[in-house]
Amino acid sequence: MATRSTDRPRRVNAGYLFVGGYTVLLLAFGVLPTLYAIWLALTNSRGQLVGLGNFTRTFADPRFLPAFANIGLYLVFWLAALLVFVVLLAIMLHGRMRRTTATLRFLFYLPGALAGVASIVVWLILLDPNASPVAPLLKLLGYQSLSATIAPGNLPVLFMIIAFWTGAGGWIVVMYGALNNISHEVLEAARIDGATVWQLAWRIQLPMIGKWVAYMLILAVAAGTQLFMEPQLVSTASFGQISDSWSPNQLAYQYAFAANDFHGAAAISVDLLLLGLICAVVVVFRTGLFDRD
Amino acid sequence: MSAVSTDTRSRDAVAPAVSRGPARRNACRRPSGVAARVAWTVVLGLFLTFFMLPVVWLVLAPTRTDSDIIRGDGLSFGSWENFATAWQRVFAYQDGALLTWLTNSAVYAFGALAITLVTAIPAGYGLAVMRFRGRKLLLVTTLISMLMPAAALVLPLYLELNAVGLAGSIWSVILPLSFFPFGVYLTYIYYSTNLPPDVLAAARIDGCTEWQAFRHIALPLAKPVVALVLFFSFVANWNNYFLPFVMLPSDTLYPAQVGLTNMLTASPVFNTSSGIIDIRRPELALAALVTILPILVIFLVSQRALVSGMLAGASKE
Repeated sequence: MATRSTDRPRRVNAGYLFVGGYTVLLLAFGVLPTLYAIWLALTNSRGQLVGLGNFTRTFADPRFLPAFANIGLYLVFWLAALLVFVVLLAIMLHGRMRRTTATLRFLFYLPGALAGVASIVVWLILLDPNASPVAPLLKLLGYQSLSATIAPGNLPVLFMIIAFWTGAGGWIVVMYGALNNISHEVLEAARIDGATVWQLAWRIQLPMIGKWVAYMLILAVAAGTQLFMEPQLVSTASFGQISDSWSPNQLAYQYAFAANDFHGAAAISVDLLLLGLICAVVVVFRTGLFDRD
Repeated sequence: MSAVSTDTRSRDAVAPAVSRGPARRNACRRPSGVAARVAWTVVLGLFLTFFMLPVVWLVLAPTRTDSDIIRGDGLSFGSWENFATAWQRVFAYQDGALLTWLTNSAVYAFGALAITLVTAIPAGYGLAVMRFRGRKLLLVTTLISMLMPAAALVLPLYLELNAVGLAGSIWSVILPLSFFPFGVYLTYIYYSTNLPPDVLAAARIDGCTEWQAFRHIALPLAKPVVALVLFFSFVANWNNYFLPFVMLPSDTLYPAQVGLTNMLTASPVFNTSSGIIDIRRPELALAALVTILPILVIFLVSQRALVSGMLAGASKE
């Protein structure tokens, strides 16, 4: 007969058995690399503690601030596009012509399947005025060659367009779901009361999906700071006109692989990890989207 | 469109409106005006063009020749012969490298997926139905690592695995990919909402061990969440570029995503000093299509599941 005292520890142990495998992965590939990067960032190649030396050294690198400035500018465009167009499209698609809007949502979402290298391949060709189906538009804007369209000054906007193309559809789906949570009576009452579509969107729908908008923007900041693949590929295809350390993650990569300076690479990685961590913590503890427990 | 109307009512006018009800139905202004409809159609049409034009172009490009892409119409169908030529060139590239890369992708994606499923499903279940010390900490850590962009950990992971001599092997890709906190979170949400505690309590009274309860009650219920984890984990694994790019030293180990960049940079379209002449725009488009084909198929067959998953990602219902 199991008594209380023998029964309880058994349940406790079972809990650990269920989460055990995952916890090992979490420690080995989540926690440990973070701690190791911090350790590397605080030491030098002889294993001596150097305090914040690696951080100040990388900060003083002439490529450091421009890389963060590039990312910052990209984020300004990216957040503005998400905020304005995702919310606008979700509201426009909501509550009308079910069949049509369901199809549209899916078609907007479809380019998400091309996220990654494929999207860059497609856009590098589409942005080339010599081969693009929208060549007249590019030429109208004054671009005569690929190297003119992917000039360094254009990159923040171009990366925003590509990110929007692959990523906006998913967020439209999320916002659409959030809009579905607004009670029908509230909307109907406002309509009966004479609210225009514009007022409905601005005064009811937008405030009620505010949490989700915040969630989207914070995650966009977190992901945007980590940009690597897009600038890396565009830089290799740019005939050398774009720096190979355009984004901070590329710079960290250069430290690790071009200069063999793991301590400097670790310092930049820790900067980026901190940014991601702050964003994640804000979402978990401040948006209220995850407090079910 | 009379959107910015003369209506001067304040913000709180919404609530009292409920009681005034149907009497005001005449004042109701739905977007039925012709102007509003036109605006709606134009805006959505523009965005539809933006989202779909590149996709349509990509699907048509392999059927055309490179010179037709440069000189011909923006969007047109070429011929099946062109498609066959492009196909043959793409798969002949570096003695069939693309096939090797696709195989590698499959090994990495399915390998990581298998480890993810056997660790994440029990873990999500354990977090949902059991109480143990450290549970809260594990949940919070899972949430945070799920929301952190995966790219932030790639270089630290490389430094770590390099220190223990694992970098460069296929495990340096499979093992980090198999750590998939989002899968644990989805499972946790699923069992917290769909598994009545009474059922488990009854099973325990009947003498089931925790493992038997999981095996015979929870696991048979797991199908929908397994499908979700499968979808999101597979897509994330297949599309990952940064991790294998950093970890793997030789192009025989590359997954398709990294291999595709190899092809891109070898093409004379983007590299004038390239010795390879037959990988041009139609071939690049075809290679891009082939590498994303598994993802595209999954998108098409499971759109409903993935929509609900995206919402479960942060919904508390």
